[in-house]
Amino acid sequence: MRINNKYGEGLLNVSGASLRKEEIVSKPVVSLDHVVIRFAGDSGDGMQLTGDRFTMDTASLGNDISTLPNFPAEIRAPQGTVPGVSSFQLHFADHHIQTPGDAPDILVAMNPAALKANIKDMARGATIIVDKDEFTERNIVKAGYQVNPLEDNSLESYKVHAVALTSLTVAALAQISMSRKDAERSKNMFALGLLAWMYHRPTEATENFLKAKFGKKPEILAANLLAYQTGWNYGETTEDFAVSYEIAPAHMPAGKYRNISGNTALAYGLVAASQLSKLKLFLGSYPITPATDILHELSKHKKFGVITFQAEDEIAAVGSALGASYGGSLGVTSTSGPGVALKSEMIGLAVMLELPLIIIDVQRGGPSTGLPTKTEQSDLLQVMYGRNGESPAVVLAPSTPTDCFKMALEATRIATQYRVPVFILSDGYIANGSQPWKIPAISELPDLQVKFAQTQEDFLPYLRDPETLARPWAIPGTKGIEHRIGGLEKADRTGAISYDSQNHDYMVRMRAAKVAGIDVPDLEVDDPTGDAQTLLLGWGSTFGPIASAIETLRANGEKVAQAHIRYLNPFPKNLADVLKKYPTVLVPEMNLGQLSNMLRSQYMKDVTGYNKVFGVPFTTLEIIEATMAVLYV
Amino acid sequence: MSDISLTKKDFTSDQEVKWCPGCGDYSILSTVQSFLPELGIPRENIVFISGIGCSSRFPYYLETFGMHSIHGRAPAIASGLAISRPDLAVFVITGDGDALSIGGNHLIHALRRNVELKILLFNNRIYGLTKGQYSPTSETGKITKSTPTGSLDTPFNPISLALGAEASFVARSIDSDRKHLTEILRAASVHKGSALIEIYQNCPIFNDGAFDLLKDGGTKGAALLQLRHGEVIKSDSHGLIREDGSFKLVELTSVAESELIVHDAHNPDPAYAFALSRISGSALDHVPVGIFRDVERPSYGSMVNSQIAEVIANQGVGDLDSLLNSGDTWEVN
Repeated sequence: MRINNKYGEGLLNVSGASLRKEEIVSKPVVSLDHVVIRFAGDSGDGMQLTGDRFTMDTASLGNDISTLPNFPAEIRAPQGTVPGVSSFQLHFADHHIQTPGDAPDILVAMNPAALKANIKDMARGATIIVDKDEFTERNIVKAGYQVNPLEDNSLESYKVHAVALTSLTVAALAQISMSRKDAERSKNMFALGLLAWMYHRPTEATENFLKAKFGKKPEILAANLLAYQTGWNYGETTEDFAVSYEIAPAHMPAGKYRNISGNTALAYGLVAASQLSKLKLFLGSYPITPATDILHELSKHKKFGVITFQAEDEIAAVGSALGASYGGSLGVTSTSGPGVALKSEMIGLAVMLELPLIIIDVQRGGPSTGLPTKTEQSDLLQVMYGRNGESPAVVLAPSTPTDCFKMALEATRIATQYRVPVFILSDGYIANGSQPWKIPAISELPDLQVKFAQTQEDFLPYLRDPETLARPWAIPGTKGIEHRIGGLEKADRTGAISYDSQNHDYMVRMRAAKVAGIDVPDLEVDDPTGDAQTLLLGWGSTFGPIASAIETLRANGEKVAQAHIRYLNPFPKNLADVLKKYPTVLVPEMNLGQLSNMLRSQYMKDVTGYNKVFGVPFTTLEIIEATMAVLYV
Repeated sequence: MSDISLTKKDFTSDQEVKWCPGCGDYSILSTVQSFLPELGIPRENIVFISGIGCSSRFPYYLETFGMHSIHGRAPAIASGLAISRPDLAVFVITGDGDALSIGGNHLIHALRRNVELKILLFNNRIYGLTKGQYSPTSETGKITKSTPTGSLDTPFNPISLALGAEASFVARSIDSDRKHLTEILRAASVHKGSALIEIYQNCPIFNDGAFDLLKDGGTKGAALLQLRHGEVIKSDSHGLIREDGSFKLVELTSVAESELIVHDAHNPDPAYAFALSRISGSALDHVPVGIFRDVERPSYGSMVNSQIAEVIANQGVGDLDSLLNSGDTWEVN
């Protein structure tokens, strides 16, 4: 039977196989409600691409999804070693899910190092697919094994499929004139094809993706398609895989969806904010993991008039953004923790100038260079207090990848209305993780239009709006309001340099009062029975594991309330009451207790911290255990 | 713009000028205030951005838009403004410490990009605002409060540095020579892209008389080598000739005028201007003043904005709804 009818006549003939999914009748099909898959391989093996493709094919089936890429800081760490392992985890289900999953049900390990690096996360009974061709003596030693783990019974408690991924791929590609090395590069597509068969994923989107990606390189395209199809056929025809699985679509609110990562959602949110505010978007940025994708994404959107400026350093990145903001643009800078440290003085200037500025901090493990590709929430106190003088700034924290879009709009609203620097605290987990996003209608989005100061007699650049306490946004080019601003203390109303002690005290308090008075929504508390005694209070990317833990806890009859703080400065007005209501407040954070510190100092509430800095998100189980510990002390 | 008839007074703000008596900044301020009406640009479209240091107080005294920012960062802030607002004329006021020490990185990158900035670098070879420490342009062996036994650092030559940073317009002038400084400002203002103007500026408190050789009637004629495009390069006593592939300073009496080098500010080879910049050392006995280099190169902001215009011309103006709905999407009913 000819299988490759879409991309060329008779490329390959394999008897008894077909790509048409409606013909899949030959093996039993098992229904599952959710699956967690982890693809793992060398950082050059294309695991992120493989994971991305499986995600897209899964999303289009209507499953709910949550993803977690995990890669080393080195672009190509030594091949075949544990530090060089890159992985991509995907959780998909027929119901709403909150996390990428604690333990994978399936691990695809492209080499011994990938097995070694990931086996500790696998629950007993899980399925492991390995490329047995890669389990050579040399590779086994490189990965740090004494003996071949496929032969020493150490994997007895798992379902292991040792597939000759490399040689099957090479054999299938024999008819294409390419080197063995080049042919081997398509083995990730073999794995993807096999998984696509196993979980009944549609193949058209990936085939179209490959055509678009390699359209100009016909041999590479043919190799990838062939490897993909061969992988699919392998599942269908060999006895190694007895069953395949189906996961029904999740019940999600009606609408149009796409999959989106936190970094992309931030970028889209900023483009939307620029359109809604009618302000030119100016991004000043210096490449830094894990924030760089925001620069990449926004640099694609010139037709929206977006200016992206790759500056010479972090300071110039924020400086140029502030300069653009002074000129009436929406000035944004994107970075990670070390970049925020460098930008601090300029952000202080923005506080003094009282100009809008958005600073995106995609947090990573610290201090110093720390763990560039791993996630952490340890910049909260830095963005709150990491500047000289009394230097208040607004701090927002999106809770999920899709929430990043909303928070970009909120950051714009607050920055432009109150003329103040606003931090968006994302982190590596939500920046790179993705989930389905119900695409909003433009008509549902807020009006963010701004007012600039107009030509007037006796203009006072530091005369405040009585409601917002903001000074005018007075941009160059406006006749008659020429004025000078700067980092020296300003006299109230006139903005002239002032060393007057009373004025300084007044202005310091005024800047603090302006930020404290910013209008932010109340904290929503989820407490279905209304009589829970314990509150799980999180911020940022811990939302998923906390929500997931709460579901399980409640299903087991535990009474626990949940609230998630998205506005960290100023805090929601009702936070004090919420803290009072619950005798026990558990605050899980991927740091050593930074929000806990803020809550204790501002509200005199002795919250209980659950703190861990492992560079990976909390698992649901960890949150459940931490909650049980406070419920049954 | 022809209906604008502004005067020096229109560019003078109501702020009391607070430099030390005798500071070279006064005459630079006065020259700039006198020059600005000539630009024919409305005041509201002119912006002065400075860093930190004595010279950086400059914007407060001009009745234009202005920002006194933070140490060394004025070129970065000004770049963001100039790129996003091509309708504005943006000036940067900086000093030898601000531009060449703490802000060295921003200066060289603004110049390399050719951002539309006119950068006035007041070089007094000393830190004034912090009360007298040596600066990156101080001569080696400088005795200051922080170097009581003499500074060890080799100084920067700001002109050489700017040329090394691919600057398209580089000039030098002197605080007290209003006519010369005005000429340079005029040329810089019509230049497309970055212009760096080094202005020797006297600090009467911490480095008084640093440039007396170039100002004293008895010495300046011999010390100042005038750079004027199309004219021979000479002072009252010396001229430049080519010898062994380089430049040599010779007494005018020893050569015929026809052997002297005729200045070519538009020479595309930066090595020419660089060689000129190396004639003067810290000693200041022979110092070229004028425009070292003035070449045409696309300016950064114009390129940024034409890239955007080109994308819009090819693809149309972006539509938010299409953007949000792009990529792989699916419907849930």
